[in-house]
Parts: sequence; C-alpha cells; structure tokens
Amino acid sequence: MNPEPVIFVRNLRKTYGDVKAADGVDFDVRPNEIFGMVGPNGAGKTTTIECVEGLRTPDGGEIRALGLDPHRDGHAFREKVGVQLQESQLQSRIRVWEVLDLFASFYGKPVAWEPLLRRLGLEEKRRAPFAKLSGGQKQRLFIALALVNDPQLIFFDELSTGLDPQARRAMWDLVCGVRDDGKTIVLTTHFMEEAERLCDRVAILDHGKIIALDTPENLIRGLGAENRVVFTSDKELPVEALQALPGVKRVERIGERLIVYGADDRLVMDVVNYLSTSRVKFRDLRTEQASLEDVFLTLTGRVMRD
Amino acid sequence: MRGFWKLTFIELKLLLREPLAAFFTLIFPVMMLFLFGAIYGNTPTPFFAGQGFVDAMVPAYAAMIIATSSIMSLSIHMADSRERGVLRRYRATPLRPLAVLGGQVIPIFLMTLMGMVILIAAGVLVYHLKMPADGLSVLGGFVLSCLSFFALGFVLAAVMPTARSAQVVAMVLYYPMIFLSGSSIPREVLPQGVRSVARFLPLTPVVNLLRALWKGDGWSGHLGDVLFLAGVFVVGSVVAARTFRWE
Repeated sequence: MNPEPVIFVRNLRKTYGDVKAADGVDFDVRPNEIFGMVGPNGAGKTTTIECVEGLRTPDGGEIRALGLDPHRDGHAFREKVGVQLQESQLQSRIRVWEVLDLFASFYGKPVAWEPLLRRLGLEEKRRAPFAKLSGGQKQRLFIALALVNDPQLIFFDELSTGLDPQARRAMWDLVCGVRDDGKTIVLTTHFMEEAERLCDRVAILDHGKIIALDTPENLIRGLGAENRVVFTSDKELPVEALQALPGVKRVERIGERLIVYGADDRLVMDVVNYLSTSRVKFRDLRTEQASLEDVFLTLTGRVMRD
Repeated sequence: MRGFWKLTFIELKLLLREPLAAFFTLIFPVMMLFLFGAIYGNTPTPFFAGQGFVDAMVPAYAAMIIATSSIMSLSIHMADSRERGVLRRYRATPLRPLAVLGGQVIPIFLMTLMGMVILIAAGVLVYHLKMPADGLSVLGGFVLSCLSFFALGFVLAAVMPTARSAQVVAMVLYYPMIFLSGSSIPREVLPQGVRSVARFLPLTPVVNLLRALWKGDGWSGHLGDVLFLAGVFVVGSVVAARTFRWE
C-alpha cells in the first residue's frame, strides 16, 4: 500500500480569459519526496502550484494537501507549509535579520531563526538591507523564510531562475538537505537539468496539462531514447563488428568520428570492451545520454527554451 | 493578532528609513515654521483674526503632515509593497488580512503623530505657541482627518497599477492641494477666487477643522467639515476595500 499522499490533486482547472492555465491536472505527491513540475513558461506550473498553496482559487477540481483543503482551511494550512514565491521581492530597506524575525512572529511554532541564518550562509549579511543582497542571497533568504515555521511541506517556485550555475548548484544542495530533514518538497523549474538532478518524480506540463509524470529515469527510458557513445580513431574502424555487438542499434561515421547508438545502459562498457580487446586505438571517447530535455522534445515536438 | 505588533514596529522602522518620507513628515513642517515664523513672528494680528501667525498656522501645518503621510508615503509604500510581492508573501503566511492592514495604518499614524509632536514642540519652544484649551478635541479632529486621508491613500494605492504611477499621481494631487487648501500658505493670503475653488479640495476641511479646534471653537460650528471628512472616510474605505489587490 502506498502511504497517504501529502498532496492529492484531481481535475484541477483554472482559466484566465481564454487561456486554460490548468486544464484538468491530476497528481499525487508522496511523503518526503521532491516532486518537480517542469515545462516552458506559460505551461501552467505556477498556476498549479499557487492553487495548491491556496493563493489562487481554482475554477474546479479537488485539492487536498496535508489532509486539508488549502482554500477552506487556509489559515491552518498556511501554518504548516512553507512557500517561496516566483519573482518575489521584499522592501529594499528591510534588513535580513528583521525579515526572519518578522516572519517567525507570524507562526505559532517558529524555529529559532539564528541557526537558520547560519545554515543558509547568511550570517555575515544579517544586518544587510534586502536591496544590497545578490540574487543568490535573496533566494537563500526566501528559502529561510519558507523554513521558519518548520513546515512539513514546502513549495519552491522557480527557485534557481536568474542564478549563475555555481549558485544554482549550491541551491540544489540546500534543497536536498531540506528533504533529508524529512520534509516534502514541490518545486517548479524550467531547467530540465535541475529537475533531473533533484527530483524523485517529475511532472511535465504543457498547455495546462500534465503530459508525463514519472521518475526522471523512467521518463527517459520510456522514450526508448538512445544513449550514444562517440569517439575518434585514426584507424580503419570495424563498423560491422561494432554493429554486431548486443545492444547496439546502429553506427554512424562522420570522418574520423564514430557514433554508436544503443538503448542499453551497458552500451559504453560493451563498446570500450570491444575496442580494447580488438586493440583499436581511440581517443576523445564520451557518452551522450538522453535527458529530460529530449523527453520534452519528443513529447511536444518543441524545445523547452524558445 | 500574532505577528501584528512585530509587523507594525518593522513597518514604522521602514517608514523612518525612507529619507524623503521622513524629511517631509518630520523635518519640512518645522522648516516652514521657522522660515515664516522668522518673518511674521507670533504676535497677535487682526490679519489672523487676533491670533499670531504661529498659533494660526501650526494646526494648518498639521494638515499638511497628514496629506504628506497619506497621499505620498502611504499610497506609494502600499503600491510598492504590492508591486514587489511583499503583500502576496504575507498572504502566504497565517497573518490575518486585518493584521496586514493594521500593520500599515498604525505605523503611518504614529509617523504622522510624530511629525505633529515635533512641530508643536518646536512651536512651543521657539515661538511660545499657545496650546489649545481642549487638547482632546484637537486630537479627535486629528484622528478623524487621518482616518479620512488614509482611506484616500489606500484608494490611490489600489487604483494605481504601479508604484511609479502612484508616485506621479500622488505628486499631481499633493502639491496643488497643500498650496491651495491653506495648509502651507495661510488661507488669509489666498485670493478669494482661489479660496472658492479650494473649498472643494479634501484637505481644506482638515485645515479649517484643525485651526478652529486649536483656537478653541466647538465642533458644532464645523459640522460640515466633520461630515465631509467622515463621508470621505466611509466612501474611501468602501472603495479601498473593493479595489484592494494583494498583487
């Protein structure tokens, strides 16, 4: 038996004018998982997450989260969840410690915010006004705010947008750390790599609908997408012999470069084994794996970032 | 009311950290007082119906402070908080909407009160300002005027799409109002034509009421002003509540 889901959403619908931002969205979120929603801008990620947060009223459908209705039981619900909102700012002159002190005062059982400040690496910035923080520091402050009530369920909406790659990686470690504390996380992102690295399960949204939902591995595998092994060799290459290897679908040759296609996870091992036993000299060998980006492309026929 | 007092305290600190708001609310009225006080002194004169300049104009400057905090500070601050997503962020917490509202109104009221106290203190210390016999009446008129103008400030914040447009509209409303209503330039100096137009500005009843109550007139002679301000408060609050947006 699966444990009781933390979030249960059925047939969620929300329309703005003629735009169906959420058009019959169904999903469950399980305890202690990182659940990701990915899709291009305008796919309905934020609408969906904000309906579950209780910030938007859906036109129809059913939402239960932590055993509550986020709209009807809004007050009790907000006491138990943490949120980080997309594109949010604070007053420019409010200081970091004041923000934490203020938000802690809104909750019945806040955690001590001093350790939180340390954990998020904001201790040196405690007296800095919000406007003087870098993009990464602001986002870390918003994470701190989302944790200040020791919530069971946390929403991160586009957490790493606008951050440089290094700050983004640091953010991923933070999110994983939060999950390791036993919390359940729902996040949206339009970085496929982020979803692939962080999420236990990913829902791919497009035009207000979930078009696929599974673990990143299963989504990629389900594509029947190919892994590729690419290498360069000066020698005459035994293309036929490679083609005959188990798991190899086809072999392509571009000048000195050879691309071996296959679906098997053992593809690299098989190819390298073959090359070394038959003493073929090779260099620049690398593998290219199918990613969620490919899954999205296959499902929608479009690239994510247009 | 969990969180309410903390929010009030922080919002007050933020208001004081806003250099322009702090200057125009706390310092500028005193500068006006010193400038014109130096010119006219505070000797009773028939020009102010037997009052001295300072005695007549301190309550008028108080009206100017009220206009500054509500039309300028409050409306721009509210529109800015909305635009930044601060209000939306508050809404994602268990903080009650009434606490959010109170957390805006109380600090701006305290700031206005501070401006008035500084002004009165300067008047007493430098010009022997004559204090009103019925201080409570003056305080009552001050609170009524504040309520009425804060409601206008909320309406302005709600109908303006951005903080920037709120700022522009606030200026356009503010400057003619403080010059024509008699809150900065004594109404006795204004030509009759201007005064008859200024009768329709919402700040004019504030000037009239506060000056009269300070001087010692009873409320009964100024029921028109009182009704007008109460009406602005009621209508303004209803419109502000109807047009209020969290984001």
